[in-house]
Amino acid sequence: MLIGKNPDIPSSEITPQRSYEWYLSRRKFLRGAMTTGAAALGAERLAEVFSPSTAAKADTKLQTVKSPLTTTGEQLTSFEDITHYNNFYEFGVDKDAPARNAGGLPTRLWTVKVEGKVKTPKTFDIEVLLKLRPLEDRVYRHRCVEAWSMVIPWVGYSLSEFIKECDPLPSAKFVQFLSYFDSKVEKWYGEDATIVWPYSEGLRMDEAMNPLTLLTFGLYGQVLPNQDGAPVRIVVPWKYGYKSAKSIVAVRFLDKMPRTTWNDQAPNEYGFYSNVNPNVDHPRWSQKTERRIGQAFYAQRKGTLMFNGYSDLVASMYNGMDLKKNY
Amino acid sequence: MKRSRIVLLKTVVWIGCLLPLASLVQRAVTNTLGPDPTAEIASVTGLTALWMLVATLSVSPLRAISPRLSWLIQLRRLIGLFVFFYATLHMLTWLGLYAGFDLNTVKTDILKRRFIIMGVTTYLLLLPLTATSTTWAIRKMGGKNWNRLHMLIYVAALTAMVHYWWKVKTGVISPAPYTVVVLLLLGVRPVLAGARKRKARAAVAA
Repeated sequence: MLIGKNPDIPSSEITPQRSYEWYLSRRKFLRGAMTTGAAALGAERLAEVFSPSTAAKADTKLQTVKSPLTTTGEQLTSFEDITHYNNFYEFGVDKDAPARNAGGLPTRLWTVKVEGKVKTPKTFDIEVLLKLRPLEDRVYRHRCVEAWSMVIPWVGYSLSEFIKECDPLPSAKFVQFLSYFDSKVEKWYGEDATIVWPYSEGLRMDEAMNPLTLLTFGLYGQVLPNQDGAPVRIVVPWKYGYKSAKSIVAVRFLDKMPRTTWNDQAPNEYGFYSNVNPNVDHPRWSQKTERRIGQAFYAQRKGTLMFNGYSDLVASMYNGMDLKKNY
Repeated sequence: MKRSRIVLLKTVVWIGCLLPLASLVQRAVTNTLGPDPTAEIASVTGLTALWMLVATLSVSPLRAISPRLSWLIQLRRLIGLFVFFYATLHMLTWLGLYAGFDLNTVKTDILKRRFIIMGVTTYLLLLPLTATSTTWAIRKMGGKNWNRLHMLIYVAALTAMVHYWWKVKTGVISPAPYTVVVLLLLGVRPVLAGARKRKARAAVAA
């Protein structure tokens, strides 16, 4: 069993937190040094001069507690790969485009609207959301529909805890998540893709209430980098990555299944459920195996697990359902 | 153009065509192929083959535009063979790194996945062209037959295009630039042929 075991220390303590901070500040230092020709000077002190964000890093660190729902026994994907290889099409379709282009996301003044089938519509400030529950370290496998995968140490709390604060009505059967969209900030939204924005995703109510579903604020013990969906996103580890909406600004409770972005694009390729399932191929490629990001080219291939390895906690929600039809 | 200059030119093109492979090998050895090396190898080999195919297709139109560029024909076979070379590496990436040389996986891929079908089709179209690339084959077949057979490259350019479109996600339009260039290079051919005919007729009339 890979999950359910209680780790002795929070993952932020055992991850190479220091080394990648060093790495980042060194990169920034080198960039600064190249422009000033000061490459030969004392690196450590100059790094601070050229990189004020090194000092600001102290604020970006999140207070976390450990969680029994964390996945153990997997090698974590590096911070560099998680933050420089991902899809966030509002910032361009290339895997490194979000890291390049997401700098303008206004993550400080951020609110999340709660609408639809709720007692009273509410708006949550990001600062309030951050303090609603203790933030937990949760390592999850992440499986993209494109057949690559990662292991990511997220920070957040169960979405169910947030939903309790929203007072949904009994008629609420689905939850829809809408991502931030501003064509002035996300100038790359139409460059290489024809998609109707804002990005929309959704879950059935029981899926949203499953304790694994994470309202996510950080990774590697610090606040989410913009390109990974700052300041708040959803993570649904047993579904393909695109179900995990980034940079959410609205949560709607609905009595009907919401429209979802990739389902709109190609309904035969991306279903509403999109559970990770090695037995149901994507029409254009096999889902039996995946490529683990950050491994050497001859060592990338791995078998894909049913529900991405989270069957124990989620399979019962789909009892009696034909998962070939409801892909 | 002098023979010595042609030899020099061919050497330069040879080295240039090997550069994408050299860079891949260097990056593989130093482990700098990026987060997803398999996808990177597939993309570099595929796109290199595609752009080299575009280069071979542009030779005839360029020569028609200016007789001073007629020496380009001396490089076409060389580049064409490199198209086959990179297409082979691209195929091997699929067979090895994606399918793990597993026959069943390869079989389902070929039977079920349309972008794989298009890719394999393109590769099969390149085979007879490669096999008949020698001077001996041209002589044996006769110029007319050889030319007719090698029109298959137009079909291959189109199937490669479709392969690329079917590979990317619906809504992603990154194959658009290649599509425009290939369609231009194919579309300009009947126009140039028409112009050539008119010129010839005018010459006869005079």
